[in-house]
Amino acid sequence: MSQAATRNTHHLKVPVSASDIAKLKPGDIVYLEGVVYTAREGVYDRVLGKGQSLPIPDLAPISNVNFHCSPAASQSDEGSYIIGGVTATASFRFSKWMESWLDLTGTKIVIGKGGMPKDDYANILAPRGAVYLTTVGYGTGALLGRGVVGVRDVFWLDDLGIAQAMWMFDVKAFGPFIVDSDLEGNSLFAQHNDAIADHINSLYDGLKPPALSRYGETDDRKDEVM
Amino acid sequence: MTITADHIEEAAYHIMKKAAIDIPDDYLTGIEAMADKETGDLSAFVLSAMLDNYRAATEDRRPMCADTGLPRYYVKIGDNADMKSMVALDAALRKATANATHDVPLRPNRVHPLWRTEHNNNLGINAPEVEWSFEPDADWIDITTVHKGGLFGSDYRMLFPGDGIDGIKRFLLDTLIAFGKRGLACQPAIVGVGIGGSKDTCMQLGKQAACLRVVGDRNPDPEIAKLEHEFKELGNSIGMGAMGFVGSSMVVDCHIEVGYTHTGGMPVSVHTFCLSSRRATARIHSSGEITYRTDPRWFTPYMRREGIT
Repeated sequence: MSQAATRNTHHLKVPVSASDIAKLKPGDIVYLEGVVYTAREGVYDRVLGKGQSLPIPDLAPISNVNFHCSPAASQSDEGSYIIGGVTATASFRFSKWMESWLDLTGTKIVIGKGGMPKDDYANILAPRGAVYLTTVGYGTGALLGRGVVGVRDVFWLDDLGIAQAMWMFDVKAFGPFIVDSDLEGNSLFAQHNDAIADHINSLYDGLKPPALSRYGETDDRKDEVM
Repeated sequence: MTITADHIEEAAYHIMKKAAIDIPDDYLTGIEAMADKETGDLSAFVLSAMLDNYRAATEDRRPMCADTGLPRYYVKIGDNADMKSMVALDAALRKATANATHDVPLRPNRVHPLWRTEHNNNLGINAPEVEWSFEPDADWIDITTVHKGGLFGSDYRMLFPGDGIDGIKRFLLDTLIAFGKRGLACQPAIVGVGIGGSKDTCMQLGKQAACLRVVGDRNPDPEIAKLEHEFKELGNSIGMGAMGFVGSSMVVDCHIEVGYTHTGGMPVSVHTFCLSSRRATARIHSSGEITYRTDPRWFTPYMRREGIT
């Protein structure tokens, strides 16, 4: 893959060390080896909302990588798990949980889709020595599925279902991921959004305004809108 | 020989698997062409990784994307097709969905909207959706499945005749930019635009335009075909590429479908399919033979009621 060869690429062991994380720059490519756990709203609600204990009290020495993901998976008749494709789910929806979650678990890498709200990088992730990696595409489900070499454990499968359960994956050459944020709180998504925004007004030049604007497109409650 | 529920189940199961795993040729060709033209280096990296991903999916027989969407069906029944029970046809589609969900596996995305309860098999109340249409002078049944993600990339707006084409362009830009940021629309995508009809028809037409027409296909009305091209160029001039990175790869192709609408309004819907545009079609002939393809051929002249005044 020609473009991959030209990008700075890191192969990191999980748990990921502070020095490895410090090396990551926005736009770099990462592959992981070790254990990665999944958590989305079902898990956060259970632990942070309802106050239940983590299924593994001391999670970070096993995995400090939180993947906002749910796999295309099923259980065989013998009880083992078939993992097909693996792709991320949109991360910004979990923003309200991240501060407490990082404090509770010692997580240092968050992987997902679409990044976090712009302010989270500098205010929540970077001060805790954590960075955000984004999946590619979205998404490279088959490539990531290949990278899952085993299911170490799965928690709350019966209560939360396959999509919301907390999975612990053994992974190898698990990627590619693109580094979104660094320890200074810079974000690739934020940088690119800003660069694109500069040009957007010109796209609307010459297009007449809508016949009727929508309620919600103005803060003036007396505006003529529908 | 008649078409039996077993034929339907076999065909539906097969297309569920095929749609999840194998990228349609028309879409693959479209993405390869976009990758060649993309100058944004990160956007180009993303497209290159996606091409690797299509190959890995086919080699491993595993889904291209783990969000296997909300699997659903479009059924076209030939007027002379010999199928005794439509209820049996419907039941066979449900059974194939549950079995394919376990075997492929597909992610069991379907949950109750309020209680979030699920059956782990993609079945539920009003799920999977099945849309029905008919075709004259045909003795086959076509079943198409589409796996499309459900959260981002589609929107609807009631515009008015005075808004004109400008209004449609404005709304198209609004939608593509809003959902293109951070790549939530999973672009570059086939974009479907529904214009007219009643509100629900407008949504339906736009979605069918995105999901049931292949890259390169043009609307038979030459003026609408021109608009399709213009909208595609407009989307690709935003400056946004794959994952919302700086680039030019936003719209692989644009398809427009129209329906006669209320004299006072011009409803418009915009839908983006995704980077793993998942569709597959089976034709069950009255002989019992089943053939497979990736072009749904949904919008036949009869479907659009061409020539009917």
